[in-house]
Amino acid sequence: MIMSNTAENKNEKKIRLKVYRENRGQDSGSHYDTFEVPYKKWTTVLDALLYVKSYMDPSVAIRYSCRMASCGSCGMKINGIPKLACYTKISELETSTIECEPLPNFPIIRDLVTDFSRFFDHHKSMHPYIEAKESSVDDTRKGTFSFYQSPEDVDKYLQFSYCIKCGLCYSACPTVGTDVNFPGPQALAQQYRYFADTRDESAKRLDIVDDRHGIWRCHFAGSCSKVCPKGVDPALGIQLLKSYMLGISKNDKVPAKKIEVESIDNRYNSSAKTE
Amino acid sequence: MTEIERSSRNNLEGIGGWLNPSRYGWERISYWFQRLTGVFLLIYFIGHVYETSTIVNGQNAWESFLELTQTGWGHLFLIMVIGASTFHSANGIRLIFTHVGIGLGTPGRPDYPYSPASLNYRQKSGIWIALILAAAAMFYGFNVLFGV
Ligand code: HEM
Ligand code: SF4
Ligand code: FES
Repeated sequence: MIMSNTAENKNEKKIRLKVYRENRGQDSGSHYDTFEVPYKKWTTVLDALLYVKSYMDPSVAIRYSCRMASCGSCGMKINGIPKLACYTKISELETSTIECEPLPNFPIIRDLVTDFSRFFDHHKSMHPYIEAKESSVDDTRKGTFSFYQSPEDVDKYLQFSYCIKCGLCYSACPTVGTDVNFPGPQALAQQYRYFADTRDESAKRLDIVDDRHGIWRCHFAGSCSKVCPKGVDPALGIQLLKSYMLGISKNDKVPAKKIEVESIDNRYNSSAKTE
Repeated sequence: MTEIERSSRNNLEGIGGWLNPSRYGWERISYWFQRLTGVFLLIYFIGHVYETSTIVNGQNAWESFLELTQTGWGHLFLIMVIGASTFHSANGIRLIFTHVGIGLGTPGRPDYPYSPASLNYRQKSGIWIALILAAAAMFYGFNVLFGV
């Protein structure tokens, strides 16, 4: 079925949007709907899908929020490759039809919306938080100390902390495609992110990924790093982690120094007084 | 498990995902070809052990099996073995280094447009060199086997 909005200006450029449709709740099978959507140089695939929802078929299911490659919600397969819909311009795709499908390796909920439960479970299994022996969350809340890290210390993990959990890498990974128990590039790169952080003192990080379905199933196909929209380069983090596990790199991490600082309350009160 | 999870297929790419190397650049081609040549070499290796073991049945059995490789198709098969083993070894040595984090660069502060350190030109060149060496070895093998 091809739908187009005839009220539009005839001179406008139009793109054919071929959208995967399926409602798992109703179990009625899948098909594609095609929409002709006007676009400008700056129109993104997400803009085009929102146009479809506004003027042609409000029942198309998509997930999005920020529209600026920050929230990681709008991942989908665009012309066969996992991309963020809000970060992909129609003009740069240079095709007359754009095919939008749900992200592979994620169970489909409806149309372009997929279920991230397993992906997030893998992320959580990595202990994606700083584990420091002598400081609890309460200490941090009081704000009476801070960790000292040099710019070099920060550089070791910063790029991995840019991950927005969009799942594009998980979708592109050939190992994930045949093994749901493999944590996937996102989770493994996060393990490296905390492993490399001088504030973290966990001794268990390497053991967590040293599993039959763990890090050794990475064959460095590099597809994760190829599709990542934030420059995280998960493949790099994974190989560096392997290097520590094999003893090629020595873990000579010097724990970050704790520095006493004035408590947040005091700082607030003193600045309030000077005004 | 949620209701949604229970009721939906996993939507996994499966074997079809790694059989199609065309979408993600040279590193994915390397992954695909390393595996393909690996499996091919394994099949060759089993055949090779079987072939050499025919000697226990005497010289005639050995020679009649060897005849198989003296045909046109036999030559082509051997040329493929030459190519596959050259690529697999050369690229395999590259992979040994990458798997221990050597030659991939260091983490930094990524800037738009991001270019991942691990997909650098040293690595791509390694893949190309392995392919070129394989082609050269096959060319040489072709000349030896089919040359006049
Ligand atoms: C100099 C000789 C060789 C070297 C340096 C080498 C190296 C490697 C390396 C590093 C891998 C892992 C690639 C990855 O992680 O994805 C690999 C995979 C493999 N190799 Fe070899 N190899 C050699 C010879 C052979 C031979 C003779 C066979 C067959 C009998 C073979 C069969 C395989 C198979 C089946 C794989 C699996 C492919 C995969 O993991 O995707 N290799 N090889
Ligand atoms: S590593 Fe990159 S592609 Fe993977 S989830 Fe994080 S931001 Fe997305
Ligand atoms: S809508 Fe937030 S990443 Fe695309």
